[in-house]
Amino acid sequence: MASVTGDVSFNLAEQTVREMNHYLHEVLPGEDVKQVNILHPNGNHSIAAGVDADVDVDVLGHAGYFLAGMNQHARITVHGNVGWSVAENIMSGTVRVRGNASQCAAASGHGGLVVIEGDASSRCGISMKGVDIVVGGSVGHAAGFMAQAGRMIVCGDADPGLGDSLYEAVIYVGGTIAGLGSDARQEQMTDDDFATVASLLRKAKLDYDPQRFKRIASARSLYHWNNDAGQRY
Amino acid sequence: MSGVITGLEESASYNRNVLSYIHQAAERGVYDIRGLGAKRHVPTFDDLVFLTASASRYPLEGYREKCTTKTLLGTRSATNPIELEIPITIAGMSFGSLSANAKEAIGRAATLMGTSTTTGDGGMTAEERQSSKTLVYQCLPSRYGFNPDDLRRAEAIEIVIGQGAKPGGGGLLLGQKISARVAAMRTLPEGIDQRSPCRHPDWTGPDDLTIKIEELREITDWRVPIYVKLGATRVREDVKLAVKAGADVIVVDGMQGGTAATQQVFIEHTGIPTLPAVRLAVEALEAMDVFGKVQLIVSGGIRSGADVAKALALGADAVAIGQGVLMALGCNAPTWTSGNEAIDATEDYHKLGTQVGFCHHCHTGMCPVGITTQDEVLETRLDPEWGARRLRNYLQVLTMELTTLARACGKSNVHHLEREDLAALTVEAAAMAKLPLAGTDWIPGSGTL
Repeated sequence: MASVTGDVSFNLAEQTVREMNHYLHEVLPGEDVKQVNILHPNGNHSIAAGVDADVDVDVLGHAGYFLAGMNQHARITVHGNVGWSVAENIMSGTVRVRGNASQCAAASGHGGLVVIEGDASSRCGISMKGVDIVVGGSVGHAAGFMAQAGRMIVCGDADPGLGDSLYEAVIYVGGTIAGLGSDARQEQMTDDDFATVASLLRKAKLDYDPQRFKRIASARSLYHWNNDAGQRY
Repeated sequence: MSGVITGLEESASYNRNVLSYIHQAAERGVYDIRGLGAKRHVPTFDDLVFLTASASRYPLEGYREKCTTKTLLGTRSATNPIELEIPITIAGMSFGSLSANAKEAIGRAATLMGTSTTTGDGGMTAEERQSSKTLVYQCLPSRYGFNPDDLRRAEAIEIVIGQGAKPGGGGLLLGQKISARVAAMRTLPEGIDQRSPCRHPDWTGPDDLTIKIEELREITDWRVPIYVKLGATRVREDVKLAVKAGADVIVVDGMQGGTAATQQVFIEHTGIPTLPAVRLAVEALEAMDVFGKVQLIVSGGIRSGADVAKALALGADAVAIGQGVLMALGCNAPTWTSGNEAIDATEDYHKLGTQVGFCHHCHTGMCPVGITTQDEVLETRLDPEWGARRLRNYLQVLTMELTTLARACGKSNVHHLEREDLAALTVEAAAMAKLPLAGTDWIPGSGTL
């Protein structure tokens, strides 16, 4: 576990999530605080949700649902595992999970970068709208379901249903793909794709060879109502 | 008599409407998608009447004595509950399904009347934020355009689980309405047939909903009320779960609720009518001991002041109106207005294969009166100022009708209307609303004769 450094600390064994978030939303923007440490998160939900500030937040332990939900600008690191929907609807900034993430990581994220150093469970990147996601381990089923925009890198394996009903988001997988979802297809990697993967891995501080990765994108056959498909996509 | 054949009998099971449905299905191989709400007959508020004052009750003077319409919503947990001048709110309708001019007209009228309007699937536009004093921001499964800045700008948040026209289904917006602006707001390619998801991306089930509501409260620092909107199906159970999850306001949308585009099979064959939905929702709130603490908004086929009054008497705190709003703006009218001139639009209805009074072609984006369109020419047919004036008039009439009925029942506050003020005209309505059949003490199913 990382040591406590920085200007402000909250101890969730003694203080409430509400007090902490109120500080992050209402007090912090008026102060010259660059680092906030959150001790004993103890699986609490909604930790550092709705932050809109240029600040580093370190969560020293495991967190529950919706950590860093709707984040703007902040750089939030969890030194542990997280529950459902970490960084849901993230707009900007960076959220890094040093451990594993449960379901729906970065769901509907509009921007910024989400790094899961361990594994992410099912529906990682569901409905993503521009966020970049890097998963150091593997992802569960239906990752990238209805993903609209952005890039997702999976360094490990992907469970069945990868990229089901994809729109314009692109998924890169370094390991084995157990099965693609409807309308998702593997495409040839281009020089731009290799450069994209290399760049995102650098930002994520993960050391993998971009040459390992496969590109998954939409076949775009669901973009318009296709009656002849008889709903057997 | 030539040309007239007597003795023909039309089949009840395979009448001309059914034949037309089968013939079209056979010809086109695709099911019907359309706008507006259910067209079939269902028991409605029309099947109830008020037992206004007489010798046993004391009425108030219709034009002289005060009758309050102020309405408070979201008192359970929010530090800034919503205070409205009237208990008639505007239901969520998206920019995309509606033109920007229509959204602006709605916002202006709602503000003039001191009530709220609601965003829709597609996010909040600058026009509607600017024109709406009290704006409810919907959190839908698609999360199109959903962002924390708009969230904090809203006076309330409405988590949409379902919609009366299509409970269990997601939204549709066909390619012809996905203009460059709509596409950009929704982060989708221009011109695609957009099918919104039917499930939220970041939570599943009522226990997760509890945590989702907490997250939204944390992000908004517990300031604004959080509504949960349900399509009326298993109302008793769903309302209880939403209350347990922490909702401040429950919105129940009956099967007559409208849509801009949904499969006809959904519109006509899913959900229960608004009439029993209100009663079930009230019973659920009472069972949870939160009646009056968690407010209830009812929608789906609310058209008149009488409908509003009956919904309130059955226990609703407010109603929400969608289709009636569009009709006030000129939906299904024969003309649109340019300056002071009424321009005939009947030919445009005919081009869509319909006519005035029958149009439900919102899904085509070719609305003859410029309401449900993104077409640059058609949308100019609705002047926001003209539309706002019309809608304000409509809301004013509804309010006057509501207070007229309330006074006649002896109430100085429309929220004092009660079940005891009502009787049912049909056995079906009596059973659904659990009210006595008029002239009897009989409530079907109660065992009382």
